Amino acid sequence: METGSTKTTPPPGSQDPAAEGGPKSAKRPGDRIFLGLSKGSGIVLLAIMAAIAVFLTWRAVIALGENEGNFLTTFEWSANSDPPVFGIAVLAFGTIVSSIIAMLLAVPVAVGIALFISHYAPRRLAGPLAYVIDLLAAVPSIVYGLWGALFLVPHLAGLYEWLDDYLGWTGIFEYGGGAPRSLFTVGILLAIMILPIVTNVSREVFKQAPKMHEEAALALGATRWEVIRMSVLPFGRSGVISAAMLGLGRALGETMAVATVLSPSFVIHASLLDPGGGTFAQNIAAAFKEAGDMGRNALIASGLVLFVITLVVNGAARLIIARRKEYSGANA
Amino acid sequence: MAKRIDVSGLTAFYGSHRAIDDISMTVEPRSVTAFIGPSGCGKSTYLRTLNRMHEVTPGGRVEGKVMLDGESLYGPGVDPVAVRRTIGMVFQRPNPFPTMSIYDNVAAGLKLNGLTKKSELDTVVERSLRGANLWNEVKDRLNKPGSGLSGGQQQRLCIARAIAVEPQVLLMDEPCSALDPISTLAIEDLIGELKDQFTIVIVTHNMQQAARVSDRTAFFNLAAIGQPGKLIEIDDTERIFSNPSVQATEDYISGRFG
Repeated sequence: METGSTKTTPPPGSQDPAAEGGPKSAKRPGDRIFLGLSKGSGIVLLAIMAAIAVFLTWRAVIALGENEGNFLTTFEWSANSDPPVFGIAVLAFGTIVSSIIAMLLAVPVAVGIALFISHYAPRRLAGPLAYVIDLLAAVPSIVYGLWGALFLVPHLAGLYEWLDDYLGWTGIFEYGGGAPRSLFTVGILLAIMILPIVTNVSREVFKQAPKMHEEAALALGATRWEVIRMSVLPFGRSGVISAAMLGLGRALGETMAVATVLSPSFVIHASLLDPGGGTFAQNIAAAFKEAGDMGRNALIASGLVLFVITLVVNGAARLIIARRKEYSGANA
Repeated sequence: MAKRIDVSGLTAFYGSHRAIDDISMTVEPRSVTAFIGPSGCGKSTYLRTLNRMHEVTPGGRVEGKVMLDGESLYGPGVDPVAVRRTIGMVFQRPNPFPTMSIYDNVAAGLKLNGLTKKSELDTVVERSLRGANLWNEVKDRLNKPGSGLSGGQQQRLCIARAIAVEPQVLLMDEPCSALDPISTLAIEDLIGELKDQFTIVIVTHNMQQAARVSDRTAFFNLAAIGQPGKLIEIDDTERIFSNPSVQATEDYISGRFG
């Protein structure tokens, strides 16, 4: 803060912010108040974050100290028994696998829709389409969950059999019958849920692709697709990555929809189509109500792992974006 | 690789607004033709009708005829993409692709034409950069991004990119208006060299520039704001600047308006 180290006291007139302050305007009360406010809120934010982190870590450490199983490799969650035995292997697997499925399904479709809205659709169609997709983003996740459980699950058996017929040999698409309440179904549902946000952010980025670069491509004799490939996609690349990360963040943390669709179990199946498995958020939602003190501590520990995974994913995305900064869309 | 452009009765619209009205002229091959005139008189719009870039603007449409060595650019079944491969364009602000290296910028148009052999690409890229008087400045950093160059270098890179595909005609829309005087001089020298190979049309706000670089000059004007721009006269540059046949041209050139 500069205010304490100034040489002269402010003239009496400078109490009024409108009065002449000359070059020493930093001393005006208005500035000082605003500086204090903004600095204060920044500090409060950091303090709250730190308090949460300390609290969670402390509870997690208690749980980890009592844990009789291996936190990383045990296929069991009996945090309420004495001694408690729990491990996150199944949850980490389920969370990551279902999110990867969601990303693989959603991102290409979202980029396609975004390009259609920003560069192909006639204006009369683009507006309403964008609006409908905005609406999709506003649907509460429990509604998606109910739709998934009541509509998607009963209708997926056919797709599962088809996948088994043609891709069963890979091992990951083997289907042995039963209700398709598997990680794959969760992935499909998550894909639908993250589609709007990925689409909207991508569309905004594509719309901002500089006209002059699109014209440069056009003037070289590029077709519409070539214009998009040469000027729009490279410009939007980092934006699409950010959009995908937003979607991934939602997929990793999605709770109610997953809990409604998945039939949870503490096993890892080789086939994505076998019912069972779990995710961090789903497990917390399912186990929290009946958990005792130790059970809650264990759940907090698992939540911290989810937090770390999210951090790592975001860091990786930033690295990807930064690596080609030299070639970014920022052109003089 | 230079062709004659014959324009007759050309009118261009933005929606229902008539931007230029009933323009007819001939642009000679292997020469520089300059378009001058006050702001808003439709010079740039007219230029963009010559390679079918005008219709890219929402609401943009054209009536009339543009013939390139006897072949109509607006005939039925003519692909605008093919037209733009024959008629290159350089824009007001240098616009190299920011995500591409210098080399890839020059090669961009060639790749669109399906040229993929590295050795051929190398040859054409070097020839184009030499043609744009840029080779010596960038030959050691062909793999660096084009956006790292100075404004003048970027504009010459854009010229290299445009001439790499060996167009019949090169359209330049105020190519020096964003550049400093030294870069401007470099581009003007370049235009003088390029006219041996290409038909060049240049829009400029700078009358001295038109006088320096062009063989023929066309003067455009508009009756009032909101009225369509018209071609007042086109003649040899020397004549336009010494003894124009229309009073408005003389008034504009001597700085009495515009």
